[in-house]
Amino acid sequence: MKEFFQKLLKIDRRWIFLITGVAIVIPFFFFIGLPIKATREVRALYDAVEALKPGDVVFYAPEYDPATIPEVQPMAHAFLRQVFRKNVRVVATGLFQLGVALAEQDLTLMAKEMGKKYGEDYVFLGYKPYPEQVILNMGEDFRKSFPTDYYGNDVNALPMMRGLKNYSDTKMIVSMTAVSGADYWIRSAHGRYNIPLALGVTAVMATDYYTYYQSGQLFALMGGLKGAAEYEQMVGIKGKAAKATLRMDIQSFAHLAIIILVILGNLAYFATREKK
Amino acid sequence: MPGMVSLTLAGFLTLGIMSFVYKDNPIYKFCESIFIGVSAGYYFVLIFYQSLLPQLTDKIGLTGALTDSALAYYRQSGSLASVQWFNLIAAVLGMMMLMRLLPKIGWISRWPLAFVIGSIAGLKLIGELQTNIMTQIQKSILPLWAPQYVDGSLSLAASIGQSLTNIVLVGGILTGVIYFFFSKEHKGVFGGAARVGIWFLMVTFGAAFGLTVMSRMSLLIARIDFLLRDWLHLLG
Repeated sequence: MKEFFQKLLKIDRRWIFLITGVAIVIPFFFFIGLPIKATREVRALYDAVEALKPGDVVFYAPEYDPATIPEVQPMAHAFLRQVFRKNVRVVATGLFQLGVALAEQDLTLMAKEMGKKYGEDYVFLGYKPYPEQVILNMGEDFRKSFPTDYYGNDVNALPMMRGLKNYSDTKMIVSMTAVSGADYWIRSAHGRYNIPLALGVTAVMATDYYTYYQSGQLFALMGGLKGAAEYEQMVGIKGKAAKATLRMDIQSFAHLAIIILVILGNLAYFATREKK
Repeated sequence: MPGMVSLTLAGFLTLGIMSFVYKDNPIYKFCESIFIGVSAGYYFVLIFYQSLLPQLTDKIGLTGALTDSALAYYRQSGSLASVQWFNLIAAVLGMMMLMRLLPKIGWISRWPLAFVIGSIAGLKLIGELQTNIMTQIQKSILPLWAPQYVDGSLSLAASIGQSLTNIVLVGGILTGVIYFFFSKEHKGVFGGAARVGIWFLMVTFGAAFGLTVMSRMSLLIARIDFLLRDWLHLLG
């Protein structure tokens, strides 16, 4: 047995890659549909949106690039489907330079799917450099940073923007982010203007932002593919559109494989240490 | 047809990058170089069209919609508009920053750098203090016994649960801070508290590592999804 463990400790790392690869590929062909239970921090956003009335406005800040599409885009799509279904209006910016086109594409796609009209149901203000200053400016007046929208339209000419001056005219700020822009929203939007703030972040970022959820600086927090899958379930997204839900099944098998490998690695370590 | 070509190209490039898990090889190097080149080019174009043109040259009046009105203003008044002055100052500071590339006059770049550091520090100081220090400390001061009421009556189970949460949180903060206090030797009760602090840190690192694994797995799954579904059409 000890010899087996000794061999295990010297195993070529490429075997680990192969095992992980197999654990990921096989579940693609056998969808089980493992249960996904909504956690309190994810449900908080869903409930807050459900409590909104038709015509209310939410401020939406998507800030992710192509590299983080798998984790953040399913959250963004689920959130937009829910707000548009509730006839809640959306004013959005794209303050991450590499993600502006994605932000615009997502908004347009979801609005088209839900039959929403630009300028009346949603507005995309676009990008300006130095996000923290832009966030601070918008707390006074959206027009300070964005006299025109992403498409060059005069913001005052857009029906939705009439009577919409700054964050205080919106019910909440929701940022789906894969960058440190999340800190700017916490510091300069919630910290300065005390607007309810929710974040959707990549899993790798989640531990950093639980601190803010714990302290109440965030009223909701979605982390990674798991958070996205929970949100999809609550919104009721089914079939191929529920990308996070489909992939969470596969992710669970990958995690299982990793857990088994970690246990084996530890067993091997302790077994061989005894011999020394 | 163009879609098919781009899909096939993306498929082969994905496999090329993945081939690194076997070992470093020329195909991987080739794909990596393409990725870096395309990324750099894409970023340059974005900066040029999203920052430089609309935020500088358009506002100075060299390009874009302002050109005609800027010229008209200049012809009428014989001077530049205030918005142009501000942006000209920014342009000069930007040029000064580039002096870093010339070793003999590289010191000039310190002036715009001082401006950036000063303004950003001033801008962030209050927000940082309020968000990451004051609020975090305030929300960490919790009662160790936290009675919870359900329908007006005391719930013992909920109270114990909340109190344990508070004890763990407060205990974690105190012992974690003690671990990083190096002015006193970690011995006796103090040393014991520091050891407990290490455990809290280990749990934190474990959680962070677990979520990092989850994050990277999500990206890998998406890539394999692309290969199997979009490229090879093996999935429905």
